[in-house]
Parts: sequence; C-alpha cells; structure tokens
Amino acid sequence: MTIEEKEKEIIDDFAIYEDWMEKYEYIIELGKDLSIISDEYKTEEHIIKGCQSQVWLHAEKEDNKIYYTADADAIIAKGIISLLIQVLSGQTADEILDAKLNFIKEIGLQEHLSPTRSNGLVAMIKQMKMYALALKNK
Amino acid sequence: MSFDVNAIREDFPILKQTIGKYPLIYLDNGATTQKPQVVIDKITNYYTNENANIHRGVHFLSQQATTAYERARTIIQKHINAKQSYECIFTKGTTDSINLVAHSFGKLLEKGDEIIISALEHHSNIVPWQFLVEEKGIQLKVIPMNDMGDIDINAYQKLLSNKTKLVSITHVSNSLGTINPIKEMIKMAHKVGAYFLVDAAQSLQHFKVDVQELDCDFMAFSGHKIFGPTGVGILYGKEELLNMLPPYQGGGDMIKTVTFEKTTYNVLPHKFEAGTPNIVGGIGLGAAFEWLSQLDLEAVKYYENELLTYATNQIKEIKDVKIYGEAQHKSSVLSFLIKDMHPYDIGTLLNQQGVAVRTGHHCTQPIMDFYGIPGTIRASFSLYNTKNDIDLFIKALKRAVTMLS
Repeated sequence: MTIEEKEKEIIDDFAIYEDWMEKYEYIIELGKDLSIISDEYKTEEHIIKGCQSQVWLHAEKEDNKIYYTADADAIIAKGIISLLIQVLSGQTADEILDAKLNFIKEIGLQEHLSPTRSNGLVAMIKQMKMYALALKNK
Repeated sequence: MSFDVNAIREDFPILKQTIGKYPLIYLDNGATTQKPQVVIDKITNYYTNENANIHRGVHFLSQQATTAYERARTIIQKHINAKQSYECIFTKGTTDSINLVAHSFGKLLEKGDEIIISALEHHSNIVPWQFLVEEKGIQLKVIPMNDMGDIDINAYQKLLSNKTKLVSITHVSNSLGTINPIKEMIKMAHKVGAYFLVDAAQSLQHFKVDVQELDCDFMAFSGHKIFGPTGVGILYGKEELLNMLPPYQGGGDMIKTVTFEKTTYNVLPHKFEAGTPNIVGGIGLGAAFEWLSQLDLEAVKYYENELLTYATNQIKEIKDVKIYGEAQHKSSVLSFLIKDMHPYDIGTLLNQQGVAVRTGHHCTQPIMDFYGIPGTIRASFSLYNTKNDIDLFIKALKRAVTMLS
C-alpha cells in the first residue's frame, strides 16, 4: 500500500467514531499494536525532544525500505506514534520525505491536541523524516 | 451569614460553558481561579471610562484613576489587616514578590547567613534564594517533610539558629494541600531573631489571613488565584522592614529627586513600584477582594473542607488510587495517581469529558522526587465547585481508567 492509501484507511477508520472519546479509545488500541523498540535503543539519544511525555524512536533500513519501532511512557503518545508508524513504516526514504501526511488534518487530530501535545506530534514527524534522510544513502 | 453555592456560581459567567458536549467542570483552581462578574465589569469599565496614568497627571481622569488604584490598595490592606496601606506593595504576583525580597533583603545578607525553606516549596520559593547562595555565599537550609506531607517541626527547630536571617515558607502547599502551622513557625523564627516570609499564593482564596495576628514580616500572593486578574499581586511587608530595604527596580514613580550625581528614593509604597504599574490589574484585584470580603469566609472554609472530604471518599473507591498529601490540616487539593497510568493520559481523557485538572510536577519537582514519581494528577477545588462537579469528575475518571486499563 502507498502512504496515501494507508492515510485513506485511517481517515475512514476515524470517520466511524463521532465522539472524540471513541477516537481516543481507537488511538489507545493503536498504542497496543505498536512495534516496540528493543531495549538497547531505549536510551536518551532516542528520545524525541519536544514531546511532553517520553517517546523513544528507532529506524532501520531493509530492502531499501525504512522500518520504525518506538515506545512511550504515556499510552496516548504511544497511540499517536503508532499511527504515524502505520503510515510511514515499510516505505522508501524518498516516499517518507515526500509524505504530506494530510490525514492528520483530515481526522482533526492536530487541533484536537493541546498545544504542547501538538508540538510533540510535529516533533515526532520531524524525527521520522530525519531518520529517513539519514538512512537514505546508507 | 451562610454560604449558598448556587448564588456564588451565578457570579461566574465562565462556569456556564460547555466543552464539546460536556459541561465545564473546572478543577484547576490551584493554577488560577475564575473571575466573578464584578471583576470583569471593573476591568471593562476602567478601559471604557477611566483609563489614564496614575500618580502624575493633574487632569480629571488621572486623578480618578489614582484614587481608584489607591482605593484598591486600601481594600487589600483591610482584608489582610495590615496596619498601613503602604505596607502593601503592588507586584506582578507571588513570584515577583519573592524575587523582590530576595533582591532587596538579599543585599543586606553576608556570607554564612542562612535562609530556611521547606521541602514543600514551589519553585518560585526555591530558585530566588538559590541566586543568593551563588551571589552572596549564603546557606539555604530545607526543612524535611514526612510521607503525609507534613513539615517536620522538630527538624525546623534544629535548623533555626542566630545565623538564620529569613524563613520563607508556603502557607498552603500547591501540590499536596498541606496547611502549614505558620503562626507557630513564625514565633519560632522570631525567637532567634529571623524574619519570616509567608508564601500565601494558595491560602487567601480559601480562608481569612490576618498579617498582624500571624505577625509575619512579609507575605506574598498573586491576584489571579484569588478571583482577580493575572499579572498583579502583593508583597506585604512590615513598615520598618520595608523602609530598611534598598529599592528593587529603578525608574519612574520610585524616586523623590533625580540628578546625574545622586537620586533619592520615594516613600513607601512607591519606593518599590518603579514604572507605570498594572493599574487595571490593581483595581481589578481590589474588586476581587471587595467581592471576597462580603462572603462569610468561615462558611467558605467549612464548605471547601466538605468538598475535599467528599471527593477524597469518592476517589478512594477507585481501585489502585494513591493519594499524595494526607496532611492533618489540608486545603481543598486532591493530588493522586492510579496504578502506573500516566498523568497526561488521564488528564487528556478527563479534558475530553469537560473536566479541567492539572497534570505534572506542579512546579514542585523536589516533592515529586521525594515520592519518586514524575508527577501527579491534581484536582483543586474552589468555593464555586459543587458535589455535582465531583460526581461528574469521578464518573469521567472512572471512564478514563477503564479505557487505559
């Protein structure tokens, strides 16, 4: 699936729920599906700066595609990073760098988060793209 | 007199709003309180009809604004029972008041002098004194607390000596709700000749505080936590002490005469009020105290205590709740954690259901370190909260816990 196709899937999933409490329930469930970062990467240098809670992120390249793993101490942060990983993991570095990620706006996530959390979301995306850039020619 | 919460709520227009489809349940009063209509009207009216600079102009508006500003000072003086209105210095808030004392009182200190604070302090009653440790080589001593959140009075007694120049203690802990035995502590400080600063940021909104009865030397508080505007607060100081201190900031209003060779300073309170002050803030704060003064504050205290007991009993029924702060005398603050659930997660899900609480370390990292936790969820109640608020809060909390389990 392309990034856009995955985004479309998430937009459809979110549309099922009217109430934001239900959407959060869905985000929390996503958190439980997260491919957890191995302990060796759960270090200070893997913490995403700018998140209110602690979020660790790691990326590896295999067959020209980038795969992410992560963890967070708060479940909602875990769900949000899981959402991003679902969309970006398994794509090439170029696709990740070009991704507009319009689904975030579409599902209303950014304006629904508190300003500090919203900054955290931006920091997560930035960090994921940084990994793609760093791994691009490796 | 008695206390009618429904009548009180009518004074606060903000409480009528909804957050999404949920009614607003505002339980973040420790951070700031909402404003009664009289305060809002006062501010609007000032900018609509009365705005001018004070203490300078000969024209009508300026004189009227000066009178209103000074009248506010007198209202505040009466409320805290200061001897003189000029013992009440307008500042930006508690933090600014404490920094003023640290700066001006700090100038009188010498290497080896000691200042005592407690383990319960807000960062704003820790960091200004640490500046003096670095600049002056003074010693900062900390009174420990126990698991319940009570100050260790015996340890305090042992820390006091003729080296102690100042004791600066919070009246009520913003994180745990502990009401410290401030009157007794002031007496103990005075016995060794030390001055005493009361950080009253969390007390005046809950009960009556009388500076002469306490015999404190300084008292600091913020307007916005006492139903007044943000950006304004008070430093109370005994007249002879304030006269003894050098000024804080230099500028207009605080001078008597200025030449390039030498400047002489104005009298109290102007000596400590350089520049055009937050005029509307001061006037708004006066209106807030006027509003507060017409309430039966004993009844308010009783009512808030009832709310706290009710909330504490309700929350204890939730499995794996741990309450932080179970002091003997406690104001209406409920700090807690549930199992290993992250405070941000619970705070976010409460917010989705219209409940406003604070999560995090509440600017008291040493308290969090003491308990070995990164932070708590804090529900802090005010006189306009109801048992219905608490019921809805508990219901929302239970739903959040189910979702996070």
